[in-house]
Amino acid sequence: MSATSANSSLLTLNQSEELVDLPKDYPLSASEDEGDGDGERKHQKLLEAISSLDGKNRWKVAERSEASLKVSEFNVSSEGTREKLGLSDLLQPIKTSPSLATVKKQLNRVKSKKTVELPLNKEEVARIHREVAFNKTSQALSKWDPIVVKNRNAEQLVFPLEKEQAAFAPLEHMLGGWKARTPLEQEIFNVLNKNKQPVTDPLLTPVEKAALRAMSLEEAKMRRAELQRARALQSYYEAKARREKKIKSKKYHKIVKKGKAKKALKDFETLQKVNPTAALEELEKMEKARMLERMSLKHQNSGKWAKSKAIMAKYDLEARQAMQEQLAKNKELTQKLQAVSESEEEEGGVEEDGLLIPDVVNEVQVNANGSNPWMLRRCTSDVNEMKIQKDPEQLSKSMAYEDSESEEEKSPVAEETLLREIEKKRSLRERSKLNQDSKPVGSQEAQDANSQEVLSELRALSQKLNKKTHQTQKPKGSSLGTAPPVQTEEPSLEEEEPLLLQKPQRATTLEDLEELSKEGHSGNTELPRRAKQEQQAEKKPDDQPDAPKKNRKSQMISLQNLLTTKPPSVKSLAAPTTMELEDEDESYQKQMIKEAFAGDDVIRDFLKEKREAVEACKPKDVDLTLPGWGEWGGVGLQPNAKKRRRFLMKAPEGPPRKDQNLPNVIINEKRNIHTAAHQVHVLPYPFTHHHQFERTIQTPIGSTWNTQRAFQKLTAPKVITKPGHIIKPIKNEDVGYRSSSRSDLSMVQRHPTQLSIRHKKQLKKHSVN
Amino acid sequence: MKVKMLSRNPDNYVRETKLDIQRVPRNYDPTLHPFEVPREYVRALNATKLERVFAKPFLASLDGHRDGVNCLAKHPKSLATVLSGACDGEVKIWNLTKRKCIRTMQAHEGFVRGICTRFCGSSFFTIGDDKTVKQWKMDGPSYGEEEEPLQTILGKTVYTGIDHHWKEAVFATCGQQVDIWDEQRTSPICSMTWGFDSISSVKFNPIETFLLGSCASDRNIVLYDMRQATPLKKVILDMRTNTVCWNPMEAFVFTAANEDYNLYTFDMRALDTPVMVHMDHVSAVLDVDYSPTGKEFVSASFDKSIRIFPVNKSRSREVYHTKRMQHVICVKWTSDSKYIMCGSDEMNIRLWKANASEKLGVLTSREKAAMDYNQKLKEKFKHYPQIKRIARHRHLPKSIYSQILEQRVMKEARRRKEVNRRKHSKPGSVPIVSEKKKHIVAVVK
Repeated sequence: MSATSANSSLLTLNQSEELVDLPKDYPLSASEDEGDGDGERKHQKLLEAISSLDGKNRWKVAERSEASLKVSEFNVSSEGTREKLGLSDLLQPIKTSPSLATVKKQLNRVKSKKTVELPLNKEEVARIHREVAFNKTSQALSKWDPIVVKNRNAEQLVFPLEKEQAAFAPLEHMLGGWKARTPLEQEIFNVLNKNKQPVTDPLLTPVEKAALRAMSLEEAKMRRAELQRARALQSYYEAKARREKKIKSKKYHKIVKKGKAKKALKDFETLQKVNPTAALEELEKMEKARMLERMSLKHQNSGKWAKSKAIMAKYDLEARQAMQEQLAKNKELTQKLQAVSESEEEEGGVEEDGLLIPDVVNEVQVNANGSNPWMLRRCTSDVNEMKIQKDPEQLSKSMAYEDSESEEEKSPVAEETLLREIEKKRSLRERSKLNQDSKPVGSQEAQDANSQEVLSELRALSQKLNKKTHQTQKPKGSSLGTAPPVQTEEPSLEEEEPLLLQKPQRATTLEDLEELSKEGHSGNTELPRRAKQEQQAEKKPDDQPDAPKKNRKSQMISLQNLLTTKPPSVKSLAAPTTMELEDEDESYQKQMIKEAFAGDDVIRDFLKEKREAVEACKPKDVDLTLPGWGEWGGVGLQPNAKKRRRFLMKAPEGPPRKDQNLPNVIINEKRNIHTAAHQVHVLPYPFTHHHQFERTIQTPIGSTWNTQRAFQKLTAPKVITKPGHIIKPIKNEDVGYRSSSRSDLSMVQRHPTQLSIRHKKQLKKHSVN
Repeated sequence: MKVKMLSRNPDNYVRETKLDIQRVPRNYDPTLHPFEVPREYVRALNATKLERVFAKPFLASLDGHRDGVNCLAKHPKSLATVLSGACDGEVKIWNLTKRKCIRTMQAHEGFVRGICTRFCGSSFFTIGDDKTVKQWKMDGPSYGEEEEPLQTILGKTVYTGIDHHWKEAVFATCGQQVDIWDEQRTSPICSMTWGFDSISSVKFNPIETFLLGSCASDRNIVLYDMRQATPLKKVILDMRTNTVCWNPMEAFVFTAANEDYNLYTFDMRALDTPVMVHMDHVSAVLDVDYSPTGKEFVSASFDKSIRIFPVNKSRSREVYHTKRMQHVICVKWTSDSKYIMCGSDEMNIRLWKANASEKLGVLTSREKAAMDYNQKLKEKFKHYPQIKRIARHRHLPKSIYSQILEQRVMKEARRRKEVNRRKHSKPGSVPIVSEKKKHIVAVVK
């Protein structure tokens, strides 16, 4: 035992320091080799034999106290002192001698080191290798987990997965094969080629580049200075305008406006003298301004301000005045044309359907000043006649003639001035029409730009003109009544007019209606206003000034008032008749239906059916009487009543029917086996509650119940494959991973823990599944 | 005064061309279309019936081989081209559109054990019982040229399976061990073994292309990593696995066709429990191939039928058989996922539709919409007993039918016995083992 332990300790020594290794098992052989003498050997053998007898220590060597003969050069024997020889034993003598310091160090180092374990056997190594490789691989595969999950849960998968990638061909390549075919393309290409517009890198054309290069420094500076000045001026003007705009004084603004209007008028007059065409244009603008005003709701009592004033008007005098002012303004602004439009619709609309519109408009404008409709009508008819010639002068002459004929009693001065104006206007217009075509476009644009300013001035001007015409109108109105021959001239016209004037809103204002009810109602209710007025005029020729007053009043009343007034008595006449008709229709139809379904009384049938169902549902009594039991039986013999009563098993009364109080319904509570064959009995797997399942069934997916788009969405197939296309296995590139498999490994090595956690989770999930 | 007028936009009722359908305004008010559930139910019922009426999956039979068809291969670039190897060493290349053989060659002495195409489709490899691996050109020899392989490798042992790498010029064979070959060399660049048994099939993973799966006759499935040149893991099943197939859309999923009539879908990271056990066959499953969409696979069985399984269902959705079709040895799903080919013992290759009632050819958009609608209706009402009954109804040959009944009885008997045993022994001593775990003997690391 001791020998083996010594041996092992020596072995460690040998491994590290490469000392001579001789097993301790052969000490005797070594001694034998020396061979001193025969006797001694024999003695030795004898000793051996004796010692081996006890079987414990076969190789016990004789102990001796003096220097041994068996000292060997190959071995260190530990016999004598102790059983074991340790490294420390060897080190002790070294300590004293300083020359052996290096050996001592080496030995110390050896002492500190541990022994290396035995290498594993081959199979174990292979197993470990496999395990490591498997872990690595499965981690690398785990990157597919999200994709697999996504694909499994996808609503729709479209194969093949890889999309045809749109190749980005350079523009030059594309242009090489492309040719301009359509005229538009050719035109564009021509333009581009002319300017040598670069197609591929659209920065600057050669011309632009040249221009850039050509501009010298001084020029550029001058240009810049100019621009600066312009900008500064603009800013001054802007600032000034803003300042003026901010002035709150109404008086100031009024003065400014007035000044502007005055100036405009003056300018207009001068213009009339100097340049009639330009003046005409101005005039047209005025017309336009009026038109705009008419179209806009600016003074129509409908704005916020006006509404608020309307509320206040009851209590506040000022508000009332302001409102009235506004109304007056509106009236002023729209006055002229309103008069015109009335006459136009009344006269021109009825008789001259075939008339060209522009002519009518012209005439209307011309005659706008004169308010006599009769004259107007005639004049337009005249125009009709003369349409072929279209001679302005002749026309004006005839006009003048007509005017003079019809309005003999007008104040001569006003008449003359008006006529003159009209003539001028007319002639000017004819000329300007010629001129307008040849006019440069730019000038008109310029005019448009500042037209906004001019408009306001023109408005003021037109108001003034209106006033003038107004003054002239008054006498005209007075003359209206005193022209009986003219009226009698056109009886046919008056007969025709009612058809048009039947619309109550159009013809009558409230006042007119009152008058109607007062006076003209007895005879002909549908007389036109004009006629009425004329009647009035005839009736009381002494209050002549009244008539124009009324006219004016009618003009003052706003459109809203007109709309809110009820159309009189139309309904009361027409409604009953139509109602009667409807009633008749209905009754007729009912009759028809009755005839058609004469045979079947549905309701009675249903009631009968229900009664039967109720009867069928009732629990039946069971009769257990046996005829002929205990008494005579036979044909015509009945068991006696007592027996019958005794053996009749009364059925218990069932629960009340659910349709007891529902007269129109039969509820059948029995299970219908025919329908049961078509019903699901067990809740299908993925559903946890029958409500879920029912809901999926109850939402229809057909196009009968869904819009086309919804239908398409609902019926989209889960997997779409293109016929004739090869579906390749999913690739790294398809899902955005890097393709090389080596990179996966490196990635795994970089984040081993993170992935392993995920992997574990996945595996757990799999195991659960 | 403003006059309001009725105005209609002609765009709303005038069609652009004569060919357009008349625009019919519809009112989707639900009160006008009552009884939506019963109406849709009837539609679904009709759709299901029609599906059964139109279920005519068999398309064509390609005959010409003079012995049983042992292996099939798809062309990676051309849908119309199919390669087949027979038990007499003959290899034929077929054109599916013409349904004709376009080339025939005597490739090997004895069986053609395996055939695979190169990923680019320019050549293909065959292995046979004569211990050779041969590489052939895909195009036929020009006039006057002899039909000769591009390259022939003489091996020491018989090779039983071959598969080509999906991206590189590397292929793998199996026999005594799994060998990885470079196309340019005549000796394998690496050989991998684990135990000593003949390996019947080896398959490259189509996504993580360095992975290989193989199955050996000592009932195990072994996975290899080509990069590290080591096997990864081994799972031992009840019975021998005939072949494996990787899912082309899910990198870690493969399905094994087993002799115990079942197919097992595994997640390769957790081999101790299969993800799904697919059972319906009544005899050994000989081959399996995934649809390129990765949603379904087709299996060929010794019971003279092929079945289509959804990946996540344990029961098949379809079974194909004909009177004349014998033991089906190999099966392939075409790359456009529309057709299935199977080669069987009686020397024919058959072409089937993957969806039995699908209408082939170009569909108008209305037809397509109607099909989609019908499909959704069938899905929606699939739990209804009548619809379920009609949809599930299949005609089976008597042999299969009776075997199914028989096996049902056997299974029930086994179950009963187990229950009885559990009843009569100490509680917990006979544990309940799930169907998934039952067939796994061990997983060896």
